[in-house]
Parts: sequence; C-alpha cells; structure tokens
Amino acid sequence: MPNHTFTVNGKKVTVDVEDDVRLLWVLRDVLKIHGPKYGCGIGVCRACTCHLNGKAFNPCVTPVKDILPTDEVTTIEGLAPSIGKAIHPMQQAWLDVDVAQCGYCQPGQIMQAVDLVKTVQREKRQVTENDLDQIRNVCRCGTYPRIREAIKKGEAAMPVLQVTKPKKRKAKKKKPVARKPAPSKRKSAVELPQSAE
Amino acid sequence: MKHSDRPQDGEPRHDAGAPDEAPQDATTSSDEHAPDGKQISRRRMVGYLLAAPTLVAAARFMPAEKAAAEGIPAPNIADLFDLSDVLNAAAAPTYGLLAITIDKQGNANFQLPRSENGQGITTAFTMIIADEMDLPMSRVKVTLMPAEPKLLFNQLTAGSSSVFTLYEPVRRAAAVARTQLMRTAARELGVPARDLTLKDGVFTASHGGSMGFGALTEKAAVKRMIEFQPKLKKAADQKLIGTEQKRVDALDIVMGRKTFTMDLAPAGADPTMICRPPTLNASAKAIQNKAAVLKMPGVTHVLLVPHSDDVQGGVAVVARTFGQCIDAIRALKVTWSKGSIAGRTEQSIKADLAKAELPMTPALGKVIEETFTFNFRSGSALETNCAVADVRKDKAEIWAPLKSPQWAQGKIAELLKLNIESVKVNVMDGGGSFGRRLFCDGAFEAAVISRSIGKPVKLMWHRADDARHGRHHPLTTSKVRITTGGGAVLQYDQRHTAVPTDFTQGLGDYLTAAETRLPLQNFAQFSQTVFYTTANVPYNFGVVTQLLNEIDAFNTFNTSSVRNVYSPDVATATELMVDRVAKEFGRDPMEFRLAFAKDQRMKDVLNAVKKAGNWGRAMAPGTAQGIAMRNEYKGRTACLVEIDCTPATVNRKIRQAVTGPRVTKLVFAIDVGIPINPLGLKAQVMGGAMDGIAQALTYSHHLKNENFVEASWDNSAYTRQWNTPPVVEIIVMPQTTDVAGGAGEAAVGTTMAAVACAYGRAMGKMPTEFPINHNSPLHFEPYPASPPVPEVPADGLERAGIKRPSAKKKRATRKKKRTTARKPAAKTPSKTTKK
Repeated sequence: MPNHTFTVNGKKVTVDVEDDVRLLWVLRDVLKIHGPKYGCGIGVCRACTCHLNGKAFNPCVTPVKDILPTDEVTTIEGLAPSIGKAIHPMQQAWLDVDVAQCGYCQPGQIMQAVDLVKTVQREKRQVTENDLDQIRNVCRCGTYPRIREAIKKGEAAMPVLQVTKPKKRKAKKKKPVARKPAPSKRKSAVELPQSAE
Repeated sequence: MKHSDRPQDGEPRHDAGAPDEAPQDATTSSDEHAPDGKQISRRRMVGYLLAAPTLVAAARFMPAEKAAAEGIPAPNIADLFDLSDVLNAAAAPTYGLLAITIDKQGNANFQLPRSENGQGITTAFTMIIADEMDLPMSRVKVTLMPAEPKLLFNQLTAGSSSVFTLYEPVRRAAAVARTQLMRTAARELGVPARDLTLKDGVFTASHGGSMGFGALTEKAAVKRMIEFQPKLKKAADQKLIGTEQKRVDALDIVMGRKTFTMDLAPAGADPTMICRPPTLNASAKAIQNKAAVLKMPGVTHVLLVPHSDDVQGGVAVVARTFGQCIDAIRALKVTWSKGSIAGRTEQSIKADLAKAELPMTPALGKVIEETFTFNFRSGSALETNCAVADVRKDKAEIWAPLKSPQWAQGKIAELLKLNIESVKVNVMDGGGSFGRRLFCDGAFEAAVISRSIGKPVKLMWHRADDARHGRHHPLTTSKVRITTGGGAVLQYDQRHTAVPTDFTQGLGDYLTAAETRLPLQNFAQFSQTVFYTTANVPYNFGVVTQLLNEIDAFNTFNTSSVRNVYSPDVATATELMVDRVAKEFGRDPMEFRLAFAKDQRMKDVLNAVKKAGNWGRAMAPGTAQGIAMRNEYKGRTACLVEIDCTPATVNRKIRQAVTGPRVTKLVFAIDVGIPINPLGLKAQVMGGAMDGIAQALTYSHHLKNENFVEASWDNSAYTRQWNTPPVVEIIVMPQTTDVAGGAGEAAVGTTMAAVACAYGRAMGKMPTEFPINHNSPLHFEPYPASPPVPEVPADGLERAGIKRPSAKKKRATRKKKRTTARKPAAKTPSKTTKK
C-alpha cells in the first residue's frame, strides 16, 4: 500500500493506505482522530468539515492521494492550537450562545463558521444574513438560529486576519528546534533534509 | 365522549383509571413543597440511605402505582391522564434504584437511567442535584446508566417524560444525601445542625470549623439500609432551578472531544456496514460475487445477514475503513427476496387508508369537514444507526445510543442465546434521536455479525440506508369535522388513519415489547394508548371524538414514535379547521382562540405571543401571520409565525435546495409548569420548531418502486439555514405548577400547525396535504436503489475551491518570502518528506 504523508493538527503523519480512500476514513479509522463526523459520506451534510491549509473542505469526498506532503489538515481538535490558543473565539462564541444540543454536527459547523468569517474578512466585509442562509451544514436538532447568533459573536471576536495559520504554526515551532527526531518516521527521514518546520 | 368542563389546574388527576386509593405514608406530611396538597398523593416518596463504604442516598415511591396501559379507558382522556402520566406510572415502581453516591472527592455521582441525545437532560439533572445539595454544578457527575433489568420499565427515554418522571425522586435522593451529610457534619464539628451553613459542598460552623462532603462521606455512610425522610428545599431557596444553565457537555462538544459510539475504538473492532436491499424489508438470499469482493482492498469479511423482525440485515462487509466498506457494498451483487410492500405504491397505500377510515358519528348542525394527508417523513438523526458489539462465546458487550436499553439487552440475549446477565449494554450519548433510538436496529445487527465472525465489530449505517430503511413517521390521514350552531361549536370529530407506528419497543422493557408483537397488540396496547393520551382539542368544542385506526402490521414499514408522534398531524388538522371555523364565524383567529381556549394557562401563552409577535399587524400581500396552540406533556404552547409566500422569496435559488415559502419570524411561548433550565428549554423549543417548519413546508419521503427515493440530506429537505426564520423569539412562562412538564417534543406540532395556518392565510387557500410541496416535481435526481449507496464523489478540493497549482504557487512565494532556508520539497509530489 502506498504511503501518504501530510500534517494533521501540526503533527506530521504518514499513513499506509490506498490512494482512493477518502481522507475522512484516514482521519477516523486509521489515525483515530474522531472530531470530524460522518453524516453522509457524499459531501452534503458537512459534519466532517475540516480545514486544508486554512480553508474549509470535506474530507469525506477528498481522496487521501490529493493531500500533499506540504498540506496542513486542521480538524476541530487542532482549531484552537492552530492560532496558539486554548480555545478559538468561534468555539467560545458557541459556548456563550450554548449552541449545541446533541453536538454531533457542531465540529463541522464551527469549522465552517471560521472559514466563513475568514472569507468575508478577506473580502473586507461582514457576515450577512445571506451568507448565513448559504451555509449547508445540516443540524437535525435544529440549532440553526443559535448557530447564526454564534457566528456573529465569533466574527466580532475573531481578529481581522493578517496571520495565516501555517505562519503561526511555524512561528511556534521554530523555538523548539531541538525537537527534531520525532516519532513514526522511518525511511523518509533520510531523504530531503529541510528547514525545521 | 363528552369533554369534562372542569378546570384544568395543570396537574390533571388520573381519576380516569389510575389508583387514587393508594395508602398514605409518613413521608407525605413531610412534603411541604407541594402548594395545594392535591398532587402529593401521586408523589409519595421515601428516601433511603443505602449500605456502602461512602454515602449513598436513594429515593423511591412507596406504593407501586398500577402499570400504565391497563388504566387507559376511552377516547379524549388526554385532559385527565396524558402520555406523561402513562410513562410516569410505568416508571414508578422502580425509583428505588435511583441513587446518588458521594465520593471521597466530594462529588455527587448519579447514573441517569435515560438516554441523552441532545435534549439536555444530563444538564437538567446536574442542576437538580447541585441545587438540592448546594454543590457547584461542576462537582455533580451525571452519566448514562447501562441497561439494568432490575429497573423494569424505568429506563425508557420517550414522550418528553424524563424530567417530569424523575424530577421528584432525584431531588428526594439529593435531599437525603444533604441531610445525612449535615447531621454528620454537626456531629463531627460538635455543633447543632442549625448552626451549620452549607455552601459549595462545605459545611461551616459558626465557630469557624468547616468540613466538606469529601471528608464527610465515609463518616456519613451507613451499614444497612435506612429509611429516611428528608425535607426538600423550599422553592424560594432553590438557586439553580429556573436559572439559565449551559449544557454540561458543551466544552467537550466544541472542542471535538465528545465521544459518540463511532468514536470508540475498542481493539479489533473493525468498520462494518451492510449492503441493504433495493426494496423495503427484503431479505438477502445469496451473494453472487463474494470471492471477488473479499479481494477488494481492506475487506476482511463478507457475510449474509438474514432479515428478521429484529434484524433488517442484508450482506455485511467488514473492512479496515468505512470507506472500503462502502466500495465493497457498491461492488456486491446480491440476490434479494421480495420486500414487505411488494406491489404497493404510495397511491395504493393512501387508498387503503381511505378505506380504513372509521365512520363519523351523526352530526346535528352545520358541518365543516376536511381530510388532511400527512406523508412519510424520516426520523433520521445526523448520527446514523450504529453500535459497537463484542460478542464472545459466553458473553456480549454492546455500546450504542439506545433509548430502550433493557429491551436491547433482552433481545440481544435472545438472538445470541445467552443469559441476560451475560449481556452488557452500555448507553452512549446519541447524535440526535427524534424517536429513532427507541429501536435498536444497529445494535441487533452488530451483535449477530460479531457473533458470526467471532470478533468485535463497529457497525454503522450509511446515510442512504438510514434515510430509506430507517424509521419513519408513518403516512397518515386525518379527517376533521366540526359541527356548529348558534355561534358555538357543538361537536368536533377527528378520524386519524395511519400506517402503524411501531411501538414494539413497548415501554422499553423486554417482556412488554415481546407482547406487543402478538397479533393486534401493537395497536391495542400502544398505538391507541399513545393516541388517546396525546390527542386532545384544547378548545371548548362541545362533544369531541378523536379516533385512530391503523392499517398493516407493525413491521410492514419501518416506523417509530418519531418526535411528537401523532401530534404534529393531529394539531395541524385541528388548527387549520379552527381557522376555518373562525372565518365562518367572521372572527379573528387569535380572538377566536382566546374565546374558545379551555383554560387560563392556554390563554396566557396565547396572549404572550400575541403581544410579542404583534398579532394583527398589517401584512403585505403574499405574506401572513399564523397562530396555533397545543396542550401536551403537562404544558401549554402557542406559536405565532409570519410567512413569506411572495414569488421573489418562493423562487429564490440556492443550489440543490428546497427554498419555497419562508417563515420570516417565529414567536413561541411555552408554559411547562416548572421551567428547570429555561436556556435548555428554549433550545428544545427551537429544535422542535425547526422540525415543525420542515414538516409543514419541505420535509417528506416519496415511495417509489417499493422503496423511499430520498437518500441524502439534500434529497430529504429537512430545515436548513435557508429555511430558518431570521427572527426567533421564545418566551418561557414563569412557573405555573409544581410539575416539570415535557419539553423535547412540545414545539413540533404547534409550530407545524402555525406554519400551515400562516401558509393558508397567505395563499388564501387552506392546504390539505403536507408538506405542502410533496406533490411538486422532485427537486433532485434520485440515486439508484441498487447499489444501495451512492457513488462517493472524489472532488472535495474542487468543491472547496482549492485550486492546486495556484494555491501551491501562492504558498511557495509566501514561504519564500518568509523562510530563507527553503527547499523545493513543496513542488515535488513525493510521498515522503521531512518533518
């Protein structure tokens, strides 16, 4: 089976799995990262929403072969660490509004919300009702009104972005340069020595 | 049957068949909390201290109240004895096992014999215990209890009954614990108990000495069971009950840490899915290409799972990842038997319903009559059916989100031919339920597959299967006839005719459930009971009859008590006809309801939404307000909505979306008696309202070729953000009674009815089939029924707008700017790189 190497939540991983297996199953079944949820497997419900290099995507419809060694996948577990915080302002907004009911869809909702705010910030504008109407994430508990409220709160609390996620991570990692011989990498470590990332 | 005219005091007495003559006991007198003394007789409880190394306090009702079903008499008893009472009576004999344990850290631990699926009951019971014991909520640990046969009925999560049923006994147990801790603290600190103050789990004496629960618990423990009569806190001293508290699991949820069944990773439990039939309830007969499928990547097992009443089955596939299970399912060639509805269509079933409708009683007056149709809709939650099962030769352990865990345990023991004691059933937090998890479809399948292959399995349903083969709210018609004369309503008749709602989970207990499968018992014991105890007309409408008839057997379709069971349909039919009668009388719908509402609590919620929603304000053409009300689960609800049916709104375009009319504003008032946690209550109302909007406007399943065509969340048009009202206001009425009424379902029917009424007023024509778009052309191209699961797209990056070349270039240039020692690794698609 082919190897696939990429970064998940700041950690380099290598998995031995067929090219066409969708990333969701690599995350959940192989890497045991369970924050992204299965809700449909065809990119409809968005419960699995994660970020690829800071942009929202659905791992259930993304073959693992599409993920490059330089790619950074962020799941809900890595969202707060990706900005060097214990909790992300959007997660805090979710708590403040008490959005969740069963909670199954919420990791995906939060990842989508962060992406939406970053998108409108890039467009130098604010989240509109129309933006909220376009969110496709399903919540069968019907928390939609509180999701809308939390996104507006989270937007207000999210710093207008100047710092992209990869930059932050690098900045953090640069300090412990000594932490080079990390686990799990065998044969590849020999090749291509590279700047400490 | 004539409606009784006596006033409803919010605590309907069960003079309709349940025992009133149960003996008094000593504790009654200590229950000074009840204001009118009337309801105490139903709440005779004794507290206990149980023998244990640390303090364990418990409570139970003294007289075992009569089992539920046998006490149910004639129609229209919902006013007197509603579903909440049935479930309460069923739970009563076994409260003794509800115990609170104080550990050495001073935490109060309580195993809740219920299932948490988002309704907030773990939070509510954390509050109840914390309040009664003066502990911070963070030191009350509420977990879900595994299946416990000794609890008899008392482990069913249904009918919005959890808080109603368990509030008193859990408080009682907490009060026992507090009192015993206080006595112990008084002894230890050498002061009279009245000299102690309790705060955050620490007793402080006036002389300054203090002791916490943790230090006291061993000293407070007893060596044999002692009966105990605690004083409950007075309402005025309660600090948490009635305050807004956030969910206890909220932080775990937002951090992605909350563990659902499929997040468990027991060693050796590999992903398992089932290839399901192209028609409902067909059985797999043969696998044509087993060897080829076994050779597919990751696949380790392919086996036939025969269909039965308990196990839907098909062909099971075990693989390294669920993705590979899906690939294998798509590749399987299976020979199937005929299904359970061979030769029938949606139209023919509707014709069967029409034939089965019970006749009306003769009318004496002017008659208005209409028949309404309510189509199938799915009870699917976002988390599909799932279970982990580890079945060994002589024992089995199951993990699943289950609302009837005792039934699961008994049935699994039967399926595996094991003793019931050898089967452990763990209740997991569920990813939504809406009635779905009353059944254990995933758990039964997982158990038999694990037994067959001799290793643990992690079984998950595919979304397409959950939509098609999962449990539905049954297709129903409801004929309403209102007879008027002299400016009054003389008679109200309703004939509900339906595909059966499967109640064979009974009251959650294995023995009861077995009985419901005897011929006609599903209907006689449960359908009628639930219908008669929930259907009611909250109006002074003279002589009222509401009757139910069902066609087919319980297992012809896969149905269950989907959220709010019969009530959305009953309420919608009723409220539309109320609007019609109001119009006939030339009266305003709100004013008419206020005039005919049966009690003051109902008028109060109506007035609340009337004011907050600005009833009667001028509305533009194509838009309208609608109002509906409901009396259920010991509470009163009223919903006022504004709907926009103008072409600009109806025809707004969103990709693969059902847009249509939009509810632009929703104002809801709920009186539940005691609102334990108004924030959680509002959440339940909000969720129920979204459900009601969906059922009125967009959400149904279509039967074609003996199967449902919908197979995804874009096919099943449940409420999405584009259907969500931009303005939602929920009003929680101040405490009205001493009963904590149900919240989980209370908003569904009321909202559905209000939306239907608003739609009718905006369009100038009363809708008679729901959802209103059911007969419109499908908004999607159906996925094939075979293979049963859709092809998995592979264009995730493209969909996300992630364009590789440019993205890479951008990143490369950005990186170049920042990093000096940059190697060109980013551009080589090498599979291995440095970290």
